[in-house]
Amino acid sequence: MGLNTDGLNVGDSYSEVIVEDLTRTQIVQYAGASGDYNPVHSDEKFVTEVAGYPTVFAHGMLTMGMTGRMLTNYVGDGRLTYYGVRFVNQVWPGDTLTARAEVAGLREENGESVVDLVISTTNQDEKFVLTGNATARLD
Amino acid sequence: MAVERFPVEASHILMFARSIGDNNPIYSDESHAAGTEVGSIIAPPTFAQASAQFDPDYFLRPKDGQKWFGSGGTASGTLVKDKPEEDSKSEDEKSGSSAGGLHAEQHFTYHRHLKPGDLLSAETKPGENWEKESKRAGVLKFSESITEYRDQNGELVVTARSVGVVTEKVIEQ
Repeated sequence: MGLNTDGLNVGDSYSEVIVEDLTRTQIVQYAGASGDYNPVHSDEKFVTEVAGYPTVFAHGMLTMGMTGRMLTNYVGDGRLTYYGVRFVNQVWPGDTLTARAEVAGLREENGESVVDLVISTTNQDEKFVLTGNATARLD
Repeated sequence: MAVERFPVEASHILMFARSIGDNNPIYSDESHAAGTEVGSIIAPPTFAQASAQFDPDYFLRPKDGQKWFGSGGTASGTLVKDKPEEDSKSEDEKSGSSAGGLHAEQHFTYHRHLKPGDLLSAETKPGENWEKESKRAGVLKFSESITEYRDQNGELVVTARSVGVVTEKVIEQ
């Protein structure tokens, strides 16, 4: 089941809290599942003493993955035809993130109705950590 | 990057979905999935990135017999940092490049969604390179790459565009 074209308007929006108080353990979990073991995400000694950051930070792809959950909850499973983002600020342990999608356009693509969405994810300080776009097929 | 064999497996999809905090049964429950529009378990939208697991040369995974740049007994297994005077660190060592660069953008175009049983291969080609000046991190060097994921029938299933950035300095917080 996807979103229905009827009753969907430009400017409509949907949002979800995608993580509360992000843990270092979840970052490690993502490293293990994705295969990206960059020590900046899990190795406190390396990241503070060598890389020069205050502590470990999340993979951009973890934020994109969590934001993707908001998207698929909104548009339905298997409905995305495009999903693209920019990582605009780092995400840190303890962050609480809210992801939002807003309808930017409704159109036809390959004979199907699709919706274009503008996406953003913000942290507890209302700072953007991710911005992007997605396109999904509609019912 | 060239990945010759990326087998998409249900247990990997389950672990990946857990790691992004997504308990949608479409990623784990076959009988639920059978009754949905997609008809089977599928992978979450960003799952193709886990192809790194199947890239024999992926540089962000420790490998047997090779030194790892993360910490062990010392803060880094590969950087020699025991110079007597700390101030002799080169500009390069102080830069964000010691972190191996950061991920700036990621885009996926889905021709269809991945499911258990798919046997993918992936080929990456370099894209454009550009530079930008930033207040918080100095000169930013961006580089783009395009990865095409094909299935066991040679059909294009996902096209990924990735942009990496190396910062001149550690990003100011």
